[in-house]
Amino acid sequence: MHSSLLTLSDIRKSFGGVRALERVSLDLPRGAVTALIGENGAGKSTLVKILSGVHQPDAGEIRFEGKAVRIANPLASRALGIGVVHQESLAFDNLSVAENLFVNCQPSRRGLVNWGAMRAQATAVLRDLDADFDADVPAGRLSIAQKHVMQIARALAHESRVLIFDEPTASLSQRECAELFRIVRKLRDAGCALLFISHKFEEIFALADRYAVFRDGVSVSAGNVGEVTGDELIRQMVGRPVEQLFPKLETTPGSELLRVERLSRAGEFEDISFTLRSGEILGVYGLVGAGRTELAEVLFGINAADSGSITKNVDIALVPEDRQTQGSILPFSVAANIALPNLAALAPRGWCRAHDESRLARQWIDRLSIKAQGPEQPVQNLSGGNQQKVVIAKWLARRPGVLILDEPTKGIDVGAKAAVHAVTSEFTRDGGGVLMISSDLPEILGMADRVLVMRRGRLRGEFTREQATGENLLRAASDA
Amino acid sequence: MSRLATLSGNARRDLAFAALTLALFLAVTFAFPGFAAPRNLAGLLDDTAILIMLALGQMLVILVRGIDLSIAANLALCGMLAAVFDRAWPGMGVAPVLALTLVSGTLLGAVNGLLVWKLRLPPIVVTLGTMSIYRGAIYLLSRGAWINENEMSREFLAFPRSEFLGLTLLSWLAIAVAALFMVALRRSRVARDLYAAGGNPEAANYSGIDAGRMQFIAYSVCGAIAGLCGYLWVARFAVAYTDIALGFELSVIAACLIGGVAIAGGVGSAVGVVLGCLFIGIIRSSLPLVGISAFWQMFINGVVILVAVLLSARQRQFKRTILEVRA
Repeated sequence: MHSSLLTLSDIRKSFGGVRALERVSLDLPRGAVTALIGENGAGKSTLVKILSGVHQPDAGEIRFEGKAVRIANPLASRALGIGVVHQESLAFDNLSVAENLFVNCQPSRRGLVNWGAMRAQATAVLRDLDADFDADVPAGRLSIAQKHVMQIARALAHESRVLIFDEPTASLSQRECAELFRIVRKLRDAGCALLFISHKFEEIFALADRYAVFRDGVSVSAGNVGEVTGDELIRQMVGRPVEQLFPKLETTPGSELLRVERLSRAGEFEDISFTLRSGEILGVYGLVGAGRTELAEVLFGINAADSGSITKNVDIALVPEDRQTQGSILPFSVAANIALPNLAALAPRGWCRAHDESRLARQWIDRLSIKAQGPEQPVQNLSGGNQQKVVIAKWLARRPGVLILDEPTKGIDVGAKAAVHAVTSEFTRDGGGVLMISSDLPEILGMADRVLVMRRGRLRGEFTREQATGENLLRAASDA
Repeated sequence: MSRLATLSGNARRDLAFAALTLALFLAVTFAFPGFAAPRNLAGLLDDTAILIMLALGQMLVILVRGIDLSIAANLALCGMLAAVFDRAWPGMGVAPVLALTLVSGTLLGAVNGLLVWKLRLPPIVVTLGTMSIYRGAIYLLSRGAWINENEMSREFLAFPRSEFLGLTLLSWLAIAVAALFMVALRRSRVARDLYAAGGNPEAANYSGIDAGRMQFIAYSVCGAIAGLCGYLWVARFAVAYTDIALGFELSVIAACLIGGVAIAGGVGSAVGVVLGCLFIGIIRSSLPLVGISAFWQMFINGVVILVAVLLSARQRQFKRTILEVRA
């Protein structure tokens, strides 16, 4: 059996009165990838912050190679050899890659930064990782995947032996994921202890040796990945069986709501044609960068097409990809967010009444079971899943005929995912049509009546629900 | 790849701006050959020296996402302090005056820094407040009276004006400060932390850099420079009163922006800021030659700021890559 490099036992942490970690234990063996699984709010991020020295635990013990240690600050974490690859890549966009690798610990000579040595060391680490960028480019020019590689390089430059990956694949394409996994396996074989936080079960089963499940700040279970099934993991995460992650209702497609013909926009997508009927969920699958979001933005009217036509008989609503910057106004209350696209109806003479806005918000809080203290709570204080429900609510309140969902369940927990799917399904039952853009294969397969596959801005295939399999969607999305 | 192509966006911008400044200089010289006379250039540098030093200090603050509106008030207060000290103990020479202004300037800057760091107050609000407080303190210190040339000691007045190799000591000081900044910003660890904290405070925090502490350091250094310039200003113009350098903070901030310092933080170079100051200096000293009112100077500065900001905004819009990269 593996020997442990890092062991946490009975860690507790509260913020104000809120308990983030109740009683958490975790064991990271050498030469193994441990997957950390849990819903949002289970305490994963708090744990990462404790390991990176940003927060201090209130109680509990951390042992590194058997010795009890205290991780007082980020420098102590780095000195121990703990490196973190953050989900939102924490990069210095204005600085070069080399500078990013050596922030706060630049090689120096007589007190001055030694740029030559810094560049040479950075180049060596990047070469070890087969990185496809060099040390002199500003980090702002890198893709998200390249920034992840840069963060890994940063950890290696500090000779880290414990690497923590905080949902690294959330915004990566399939190919980029494969590249990341190659590096992760290489590090594992070199004897590092790796902690891999992910919501995606395919990844966990493909990559991890061990798993640990957190629920509400408590470690629920841990073991070898070979000995569990996805369903068991979900049950442990949620604490109750999830009847159906994809509660799809039977509908019969009705009249045509939207017809798109030969739609093109330079540099984004080309020659896109399809129709959407009432009662139908049309999935749009493809890798990140295939042009799907750009298509949605044109359909919704944010950008204009260069050529082609859009024929629609109903209103279109768009639930955008990034709920925090595009979907909602974070400091606004739940009521103000839901009211925003509905002000014409709520305030026909231009005067808003808080009472009406609250009433509308309360209806939707009930209907979508949004977990909020009330209509007045700012959206920024809600969990990701509940934020997403608010964004969906604000558009459904307009009673659109077509709803475009762009990555509707990205980064939200299983419970919220099922709820979003249920709302989507009810919307089609009531006669709406849905265009569901998603990179989540199980979601597309579970929810869509038909699937369009896009690659490099073009349609590469259309599949009925019966025809669609993970394999043929992936093939259409990636190869020629 | 050519050497030019490997230069960072910053270096390229500095180079382009240097060319522009040179072109402006040549144009003025072409129209008025006397402009390029060594005597006139030395005068130009002497006129711009204080602006250069202040703008370098201000740059540090802007780099870490701050702003120092109190910089001119700090200068005026320290200048008055120096004049009052010299009047009381005229025989003590310049050294204690320099020490006094450096210490008092640092303290005034540190007050800004502490409020921003420890209380997390917005920099523009903090320094708007201290700007008024520092001005008010001058009035309390001087009781509204002026201190004139005849009340200042000979050494006190002579220091910034004494000449070496054709340049005033004031000019040499500005050159020294600029050189120090050029080396330190590129080569010192603390400066790299400064850029990191301004570029992405959250990531800096995860790297063990306290972004708030960096702001404190920037404000303190900026204050020290403002304090020193307070003495230099009072000695050079041979008068101290409540309203000296009133509104000068805006010229200082303008010089930073023209010199390519990003108001959003994290971007800026000492070379750019010095060029920005020289640019303003050339325009300021050539307008009287052309016979245009000095009020046009403000107008021209404004246009230059907007154009500079427009250009760097254009430059920073990295084209979004839409379609996936080919294998």
